[in-house]
Amino acid sequence: MSVTTVERVPQGDAPVSAEPNYLTAEHTVASWLLTKDHKRIALLFFASITFFFFIGGIAATLMRLNLATPGGLLQPAVYNRMFTMHGIIMVWFFLIPSIPATFGNFFIPMMIGAKDLAFPRINLASWYVFNLSGLVVLYALIMGGANAGWTFYTPLSTVYANGYVFAAAFAVFINGFSSIMTALNFVVTIHRMRAPGMTWMRLPLFVWAIYAVSVVMLTATPVLAMDTFLLAAERFMGIGLFDPNHGGDPLLWQHMFWFYSHPAVYIMILPSMGVVSEIIPCYARRPIFGYAGMTIALMSIAILSFFVWAHHMFVAGISIYSAVFFSLMTFFVAVPSAIKVFNWTVSLHKGRIVFDAAMLYALGFVLLFTLGGVTGLMLATLAVDVDVHGTYFVVAHFHYIMVGATVSAFFGALHFWWPKMTGRMFPESWARFAAILTYVGFNLTFFPQFILGYLGMPRRSYTYPAQWQSWNLLSSAGASILAVAYLLPLLYLGWSLIWGRRAGANPWGATGLEWITASPPPPHNFERTPIVTLDPYAYDPETGGYTTQEGTLHAG
Amino acid sequence: MYRWIPFWPKTAAVTAIPVNNLYVAELVLSALIMATVVAMMLTFCVRYRRNSDASRANLTEKSWHFEVAWTTATLAAFLVLFVWGASIYIWLYQAPRGDEEIYVVAQRWMWKIEHPGGQREIDALHVPVDKTIRLAMASADVIHSFFVPAFRIKHDVVPGTIETLWFQADKTGTFFFACTQFCGVQHATMQGKVVVMSAPDYARWLTEQGVQESLAQQGEELFRARGCSGCHDPSSTVHAPSLFGLYGTIVHLQDGSIRLADEAYIHDCILNPRSFTVAGYPPIMPDFSGQIDEGDVLKIIAYIKSLGGAQETLE
Repeated sequence: MSVTTVERVPQGDAPVSAEPNYLTAEHTVASWLLTKDHKRIALLFFASITFFFFIGGIAATLMRLNLATPGGLLQPAVYNRMFTMHGIIMVWFFLIPSIPATFGNFFIPMMIGAKDLAFPRINLASWYVFNLSGLVVLYALIMGGANAGWTFYTPLSTVYANGYVFAAAFAVFINGFSSIMTALNFVVTIHRMRAPGMTWMRLPLFVWAIYAVSVVMLTATPVLAMDTFLLAAERFMGIGLFDPNHGGDPLLWQHMFWFYSHPAVYIMILPSMGVVSEIIPCYARRPIFGYAGMTIALMSIAILSFFVWAHHMFVAGISIYSAVFFSLMTFFVAVPSAIKVFNWTVSLHKGRIVFDAAMLYALGFVLLFTLGGVTGLMLATLAVDVDVHGTYFVVAHFHYIMVGATVSAFFGALHFWWPKMTGRMFPESWARFAAILTYVGFNLTFFPQFILGYLGMPRRSYTYPAQWQSWNLLSSAGASILAVAYLLPLLYLGWSLIWGRRAGANPWGATGLEWITASPPPPHNFERTPIVTLDPYAYDPETGGYTTQEGTLHAG
Repeated sequence: MYRWIPFWPKTAAVTAIPVNNLYVAELVLSALIMATVVAMMLTFCVRYRRNSDASRANLTEKSWHFEVAWTTATLAAFLVLFVWGASIYIWLYQAPRGDEEIYVVAQRWMWKIEHPGGQREIDALHVPVDKTIRLAMASADVIHSFFVPAFRIKHDVVPGTIETLWFQADKTGTFFFACTQFCGVQHATMQGKVVVMSAPDYARWLTEQGVQESLAQQGEELFRARGCSGCHDPSSTVHAPSLFGLYGTIVHLQDGSIRLADEAYIHDCILNPRSFTVAGYPPIMPDFSGQIDEGDVLKIIAYIKSLGGAQETLE
């Protein structure tokens, strides 16, 4: 295997510590399963969500195989269970915990100069609760799967669906507690445990993003718990809340569900915005453009995300007045997102740009997020939404945001922080190849779905009229490329764990506090508590030098 | 058979034209936004790649005026889109009185269509061209959604109420319609065709169906068989609201609220009368919930509509 090992950025000068790092400090199985170290818990989460990512991915692969021909491959009932389980697993068992529970868990304390999260035991409990919910969802899957869609629309889910809807909903119920525990931990940690000098306006944007997302998780997730509880009560006891035959209202479920699940969309995208805001200045070697604007944008998105839920219901029979209100609010929430795209792009101006894998993922993120964003504007427009609602246009749109953008950022974060987490460098050329392949495969898979959507192909359909096969076939072909692009990192990153070159403390020449300590970090992160004297992103593109947040200047 | 790869759906209704125009405008705007981002990104990435000699002096640090300008421009463009989309939506989602009033019952996994003359069809909808068609849609089980891509119209059909939707086809031909709300195993096959015919062809088609009783006549029979006439007939001694001229008027309810007497209101009153007691009347009507199917409710509604009503207020 060819390995590019040429370094183009300074190594940093952290001393090679004789102290064992967090990976080697203890070796027993119990030392992992009962660990209170946020870094180890992050790795535990990483293992769990990677497992679920591939389970959800297998379901997606089967769906795309089925849709390669109008005749299909799967039984209709199997296809319906596949898309339901794909949605449930990808949303709650990969996307929502993905960046916060792994990179957030690992790097929030390190970036603010803390020894650990505020509540290490709650952090560990969160992982156990997550796995408990994972077991329940696996039970639902193995027994045959739920078949009401991940949105559980009533009365289909409560009266008509005969699959394991209850088990799936119960898994989501339990899963929510894991989200709440992790979010609570982040909020308290960020408020109370910042190192001396780490003021709010010196926080790296990743910390801001995780803070914003934690606030959303804490406020929205309890609603999800109530939703799934009422769904279960309705399904078992027929309390009639969502059943028109008993005076209930099916739309009540949609209001309650989207009151959680629209903020949940931002739970999935905000952390990736934070990741990209770390990567772009580091590889462009210049400060981020408009730091204050970025923090305001993050917090406004977090707040506005609670006032847009009914844009999922424009054709469901809500009143015209509320449709108009929610359309307007949806345009408002798009404004801070537009600001962020603008700022990321301008952050390349007069930089000294290095096109490493993490940067390629971040640039891919910006492009995919922008395309997902502009099609989101089309969906926010009432008359256009009436036409494309419930079609593949919507499928393409939310995959651009939740897969294109969020998964790109996840892989960007993985490559950016891999040397810090493992102490190893990965083969850069393979990583760049995977990043480009992800971008190509993703667009091939999902762009045709916009065209299919406007042509009128309904989503959640196991078959379609024959004249739409060209686009579906292209989409399935793209999905096979995307699958390879997602598997590749598993191989070369796994390879690097054993044969990768050892990483220095700061291989990318980054300014954050997580880079001033050894790679991998010692169990308590820092030998002494860092004292922060500077804003983040003190990169100087004129000389190529940079200054860490502690104030140590490194010449270019 | 060789077919050219389809790129664009047909536009075959007056409702489709403004929606299609707005969609094109948004595509153009989206392309401009994407082109701007890509152009900026490419320019910067080439010009400021690591080994280039371009000057990095005078880095832009003060950014608020850029950001304010960019934010204002974005917001202004968004507001234009909002107003444009909302005005079409308000027009699209307030069904006027139709030249033809057609009743639709969605039931897993078929569309049952009933014409006012009593003609019935399944998974097909024959309509005359250039006429306003008003659909009154009910669901017998779960939520469905009625979608005609060529007309750019869609509305969910929610159980427990009646949803109305209108269109006016401006081309003859056959157009595909589908359910777009997942409704169970055979959701993907819950589809049909709208056949738009010239007025004479449509008239001929109606007569070829074998003339049955009109929908209103069937409704009237149900109205008597179910005992509604016992109280609501003008000759009845029971104190119940008269239904003559009711449709499309404003009704004052006991609880102080007012409702427009449209299809959804009449439906609600039949199935759940205690929640819709009319001001000045005793709450004595029995509850028909679970005792009468959606198809029969639609027939009774057709009968009540045939008793006349306000022509103008129903907009």
